[in-house]
Amino acid sequence: MAKGIKDKVAILGMGCSKFGERWNDNAEDLMVESFSEALKDAGIEKDQIEAAWFSTAIEEQHVGKSGIPLAMALRLPYIPVTRVENFCASGSEAFRGAVYAVASGAADIALALGVEKLKDTGYGGLPQRSRGGLNDMYWSNMSAPGSFAQLASAYQEKHRVSKQDLKQAMAHISVKSHDNGAKNPKAHLRKPITEEQVLNAPMIAEPLGLFDCCGVSDGSACAIVTTPDIAAALGKKDLITVKALQLAVSNGTEVQHNSWDGSYFMTTRAASKRAYQEAGIEKPRAAIDLLEVHDCFSVTELVTMEDLYISPEGEAINDVRDGFYDSDGKVPCQIDGGLKCFGHPIGASGLRMLYEIYLQMQGRAGDRQRAHDPVLGLTHNLGGFPHQNVCSVVIVGQQGA
Amino acid sequence: MSVGIHAFGAYIPKARLQREVMARAYSWFNPSLASLGQGERAIANWDEDALTMAVEAARNALTPQQYKQIDGLYLASTSLPFQDRQNAGIAAEAMHLGNDLHTMDITGSQRAGTSALLTALQIAVGNRRNTLVIGGEKRQTKASSPLQLTSGDGGAALLVGPGKGVAALVGYATLSVDFVDHYRGQNQPFDYVWEERWVRDEGFLKIVPNAVRQALSNAKVAAAKIDHFCFPSPAKRVAGMLAKTLGISDSAVRDNLQGRTGEAGSIHALLMLTHALEEATPGQLILIAGFGQGCDALLFQTTEQLVTQRPMKDIKQLLSAGCPNENYHRYLAINDLVTIEQGLRAEVDKQTGLTTLYRNREMLLGLIGGRCETCDTLQYPKSNLCVNPDCGALNTQTDHSFSNMPCKVNSYTADRLTYSPDPPAYYGMVQFDQGGRAMLDFTDIFSDSELSVGQAMRLMFRVKDYDVARGFRRYFWKAVPIDNAFDNNGKP
Repeated sequence: MAKGIKDKVAILGMGCSKFGERWNDNAEDLMVESFSEALKDAGIEKDQIEAAWFSTAIEEQHVGKSGIPLAMALRLPYIPVTRVENFCASGSEAFRGAVYAVASGAADIALALGVEKLKDTGYGGLPQRSRGGLNDMYWSNMSAPGSFAQLASAYQEKHRVSKQDLKQAMAHISVKSHDNGAKNPKAHLRKPITEEQVLNAPMIAEPLGLFDCCGVSDGSACAIVTTPDIAAALGKKDLITVKALQLAVSNGTEVQHNSWDGSYFMTTRAASKRAYQEAGIEKPRAAIDLLEVHDCFSVTELVTMEDLYISPEGEAINDVRDGFYDSDGKVPCQIDGGLKCFGHPIGASGLRMLYEIYLQMQGRAGDRQRAHDPVLGLTHNLGGFPHQNVCSVVIVGQQGA
Repeated sequence: MSVGIHAFGAYIPKARLQREVMARAYSWFNPSLASLGQGERAIANWDEDALTMAVEAARNALTPQQYKQIDGLYLASTSLPFQDRQNAGIAAEAMHLGNDLHTMDITGSQRAGTSALLTALQIAVGNRRNTLVIGGEKRQTKASSPLQLTSGDGGAALLVGPGKGVAALVGYATLSVDFVDHYRGQNQPFDYVWEERWVRDEGFLKIVPNAVRQALSNAKVAAAKIDHFCFPSPAKRVAGMLAKTLGISDSAVRDNLQGRTGEAGSIHALLMLTHALEEATPGQLILIAGFGQGCDALLFQTTEQLVTQRPMKDIKQLLSAGCPNENYHRYLAINDLVTIEQGLRAEVDKQTGLTTLYRNREMLLGLIGGRCETCDTLQYPKSNLCVNPDCGALNTQTDHSFSNMPCKVNSYTADRLTYSPDPPAYYGMVQFDQGGRAMLDFTDIFSDSELSVGQAMRLMFRVKDYDVARGFRRYFWKAVPIDNAFDNNGKP
């Protein structure tokens, strides 16, 4: 195996806009908001950035195609800008591009910026759109909640879990994320909820109720990256470096071959295994201090705890109920509120996750700050559907960890 | 040279709307509807039309061997989805009958069903060809119209060819008379109907006897010998009056199914014929008449083959599989008879690329997937590289038809977010027992409790999407819980 990315690239600065229903802002306004924070945090001038990666997923709802919207919004000085789209992993994909550029030596300082402006559709939930000419003719009439909801029926069947037990663990996940989101001034949803509210909420897609689904938000997040040497030369101390960058993409096995039972993510298992190897982590449950995962739906977070090898297979329900993933638990998951409450502007989400881990490692997370600054953190994105998806796993940590 | 019917089957959609509810809803406007407010009528689901019901009837009727004998396919209906795109051709693709086929739509009159059957029989006499006659009907009717209460949706199929089959043709006659009891003009959604007393006295009772007497005379059969008389009119007592006029025994007059399904328009005579064939014994005489701007009369005599050639599910079973429904508002909504707020999600453009459709027609309409010749893995859709992670061979897949394969639910949901004309949208991963799987829409689910992982399913040809802006509709296959559709008893 290749030597990997470990400790080759450091985060120089990060920024994140307020997420939410930003009725009075265009995508460009959100981009400038996150970028201004990151530039200030990095302590550099804009013209020191040599290349940029720009992520949006549903660009037809806001900025349109290409890298031009980023270059125009930030008035970038005719540098390379690459627009990337890989469903909900788009933000992590932009980060991957910028990090690889720095690691290769092609650029000393690079930018990854994601944005999504989803609240201009006229209705709640993700925009309903074509999945491609031929796909539209035979794919089932599915929505995001409807496809992820099926994890529940398959998981119950495989692990002989009752509907009630699963639903209750899912409710715990949502209550936990609302508690965390309430402490985050940039989060979209900031109201604590009760388990009873979750269980009695209107049904969206069996068995996912309203509170099992994440927020659909407007927002932007970004990262400026460079080499550890340049970061040090710029006066940065206690560097946070990239330990692993992995991506796994479905090849049709899940949707066409009967070897997959529908209860887990083949992609997450493949990507996380490679990521731990790249980062030199042997026991993830003990090594990882902080998790930011793709909790588009409560049930996704639940099965992801197993696919990341944090909870043993079939035992995530127990860990969730024991508070293992709560903000004061052993490995907090979604300490910033997660997609669930921070919100989910698709192209920005992967970068937003890194933003929280970056803040926590620097002791800058305000009311949410962990007692001991985390050493290793993991972010995880899923794009698409459980039976056909893109998964990214990124591990960052203190330099030398 | 004998010709006859070699296979027969019907289809009746699962939901049965209670007429009492329909009559009560509009009694404020038309109190006389109360006289029709008994029994129930079959209503097609939102994703069914004349074409899909006809295909389902054919799948019910045919054995696997019989698919291979078909030389022609005639589709009869007055409610066909396309005015200019041959509907029978879509049915042929759905049943994967190949291109060496004479296909034709027969429409324009309430005797389209009997005319299609008669034409197929004449082709069998002249050309010794086997023709599959299928029909379906889903009439658009106005709220508060008697026609809405008396009509019913359904399909029928008959395989016709040389040889006596289960019932040999022993005589027929056909008359053309431009008697306009009702009509539906160009670009008009609804029928315009004249007074029923006139239709009965001058139409049914004068035109039908002429055709029947001619048919009996051609066959040299006395009216009193008829064992089953199928006359499809929903009008009360008309069949009995005709029998009396013609000298047919009153006991031969068959139930027009008005109390159970309603009249399936131009194919109701065929539906009644399949019912008669199911209940007849070998050697009996069955007379059917189709009325509409004239009359077709056909006389058949059943044979010993009737004992072995049966549809997978007979009408008795289809009737008992019905699901009583009192939601008249749902009926109005799914038939576009009331304007409902569908929400912004319904606005997604449904344009179909005709090049894409043509290139993939076997995959989409015929549900043809692939079988890897190297490792035997079945997969849908067919692709260049085998999906089996242990194989991955290139260009090894041959056509494999999935539509009749037994399958089970692997995972499922009931989705209230996505747009559906009849929410929630049910769908899930369906796994075929012999290999292969697909994430498919489910249909004909009438309560949540029916679904579970491992639930046995079968596939049905249905409307996938309506492109209202362009008048197009897409067809694809959907999964139905096997207990609730017709059970295929291990047969395809």
